[in-house]
Amino acid sequence: MSADPILRIDHVGVRFGGLVAIADLHFDVAKGEIVSLIGPNGAGKTTAFNVMTGFLKPSQGRVLFKGEDLSRLKPHEISRAGLARTFQRTSVFAADTVFDNVLIGLHRHAEPPLLDRVVPARRRADEARLQARAREILELVGLASRADDLAGSLAYGEQRLVGVALALATEPTMLLLDEPVSGMNASETQVFVRLIRRIRDEGVTILLVEHDMPMVMEVSDRIVCLNYGRLIAEGPPAAIRAHPAVIEAYLGKGGAARELAAEVQG
Amino acid sequence: MTRLLPLALLVVLALLPLGLKDPYLLNALITTGIFTIGAMSLNLLLGYTGQLSLGHIAFFGIGAYVSALTSLGFDVGLPFGLRVTHEGWPPAAGFLLAVLISGLCGYVVGRLSFRVRGAYFVIVTISFAEVVRLVALNWIELTQGPLALTSIPFMTLGLPGLGEMTFKTKIQNYYLVLAVATLSYLLIARLVGSRFGRAMRGLKENEPLALSVGVDATRTLTIAATVSAAMAGAAGSLYAHYIRIIDPDVFLFSYTVTMVIMVVAGGKGTLIGPVIGGLIFGLLPVALRPVMAPEAQWIVYGATLIVILFVMPRGIAPALAALGLPKRAPAAPKPEPARASS
Repeated sequence: MSADPILRIDHVGVRFGGLVAIADLHFDVAKGEIVSLIGPNGAGKTTAFNVMTGFLKPSQGRVLFKGEDLSRLKPHEISRAGLARTFQRTSVFAADTVFDNVLIGLHRHAEPPLLDRVVPARRRADEARLQARAREILELVGLASRADDLAGSLAYGEQRLVGVALALATEPTMLLLDEPVSGMNASETQVFVRLIRRIRDEGVTILLVEHDMPMVMEVSDRIVCLNYGRLIAEGPPAAIRAHPAVIEAYLGKGGAARELAAEVQG
Repeated sequence: MTRLLPLALLVVLALLPLGLKDPYLLNALITTGIFTIGAMSLNLLLGYTGQLSLGHIAFFGIGAYVSALTSLGFDVGLPFGLRVTHEGWPPAAGFLLAVLISGLCGYVVGRLSFRVRGAYFVIVTISFAEVVRLVALNWIELTQGPLALTSIPFMTLGLPGLGEMTFKTKIQNYYLVLAVATLSYLLIARLVGSRFGRAMRGLKENEPLALSVGVDATRTLTIAATVSAAMAGAAGSLYAHYIRIIDPDVFLFSYTVTMVIMVVAGGKGTLIGPVIGGLIFGLLPVALRPVMAPEAQWIVYGATLIVILFVMPRGIAPALAALGLPKRAPAAPKPEPARASS
C-alpha cells in the first residue's frame, strides 16, 4: 500500500437488502496517482463511487479522504472537501449554455467578502473574475468553441467534457471520473487521455472507472479490479493484464477463454 | 429585450395615473400591483427552485395581519394568566415586522419541508395556510375573527427631510405599490443573477449534479423560501394599509391559485413573467365586469390560461424573448440577466 494515501477505502461493504453490491472493499489511492477501477458490468464500480461521494451510505466500513471520514458527510460537503466526481450517464445542466454550466459549478469559487457583493463595482469585478475562470476551464477541457451552445445540444463525448469542466470548477484535489470516454471515438479518447494527464500534472489525484481497456492500460499508474463486489486484483497495468483472476472475470473460465486471452495479449 | 421591456413597462406604469382619473381603475391597478408582488415572490420559489408553494397566500395574510395588529395595537390573554398588551405603532414599523415575521414563517416552513421536498412541500404549504386561516378565524380576541380587523391606519412613512407622509389617496398608494414592486423586482433580479441564483438554477435543473458541485440543497431552498415569504409579507402589509379592513378570507386558497396562474401564464423562472401575468389576470376582472358576474369570470380565467399555455407552453415572457432571437433549437434559451452584464 502507498505511503501517503489521499483516499482510503476502508473495508467498505454495501448491501441492498439481500443483494451484496460491494463486499469488504479495501484499497488506497496515493496523492498524485491515476488509478483505474475496472471490472465487468455489475461489479460494483459505480456503487463504490456513490459511496465515496456521499450519494450512498455504506453498510459497513468507511471512506477516508485526507484522513477525514466521509461516511457522515453529505454530497455537497464532500465536494467542498475537495473530492469531485462526474457521472456515468451524461449529466449536465441541459437547458443552460456550456458557459453557464461552468458558472454554476463556480458558484462557490473564491467567495468574496460581503462588501464585494454589495458594492456594484466590486460585484462586477467578482463576476468578471468568475467569467475569466470559466473561460480558462473551458479552454483546458477544449470546449471554448462551444461556450455559447446549450449543454443539452452537445454530442455525448462533449457533454462528458462539460461534466469534467463542472467538476474542475469546484477546484478538487481529487477527481472521480465515471466512464469518461464512453461515447467517444478513438481520437477523442486520445485527447481525453492527454487532458487527464494534464489535470494530474496540476496536482489532482484521479480515480477512474472505465471499460475502454486500451485507454485504462495507457493512462493508469495502478489498476484495481472488482468482480461481484470484491477486489480480485490490484497492481500496475502490466500485472493486471496478465492476472488470471482478471482474465477469468472478463472472459470466463475454460480453454477457449484462455486461448482468447492469450490472443488478446499477443 | 430583457432590460428594455421592464424599463418601458415601468415608465408606462409610472406615467399611467397622470392620464387616468377613474378611481375604480386606479383601485384595480393598486390591488393588481399588490398581487403582482405576491406573484413575483411565488415565482422565486416556483420558477427558480421548482418548488410549488400552494399555501403562498399564508405569508401574504400573515404580513397583512402582523402589519394591521402592529399598527392597531391589541390586548390579549395568554395561557398561565399572561397578558400581552400592545399600543399601536406607526404603520411603517408594521410593514417591517410583517416582512420579518413572514420571512421567519417561510424559513420555518422551508426548514421543515425541504428535507423531503416536491409533493411534501406542496402539502406542508397548503396545511400551513389552512392552519393560519383557522387561527385568524378563531383567535377572536386577537384578530376579531370573522368580524374583521377594521380601521387599519393608512401607511405612514417618516421621510428624513420631507417630514411625515401619509398614503391616503389612491394616487399615493399607487406609487407606493409601484415602488415596492420595483424594489422587489430588482431584488429578485439581483438574487437570480448572483452565485446564489446559479446554485438555485443548478438545483432545479439537475439536483445530483448540483450536489456534486457543492450546492447545499436545504440551505439554498430555505433561503429562497425565506426571501419569497418575506416579500409576500410585504405585499400583505401594503394590502392591509390600503384596503384597511382584513378578515380571515385573505387566506383563501383561491388567492394562491390566482398567484400561481399569474406566474405560470406570464412565464415561471423569468423576471418579467409574473409582472405580465399579474397585469393580465389582475386587470381581467376590470375588463369582464360589465359583461359577466364574478363567478362566471373564473371560467374566463381558466380558458385564458389554457389558451395562453396552448400557444406559449412556457408562458408569455419566454415566448416574447424567443421572438427577439434568431431561430434555433426548439427550446430557445431565455437570455440570462447574469450574462447581460458581461
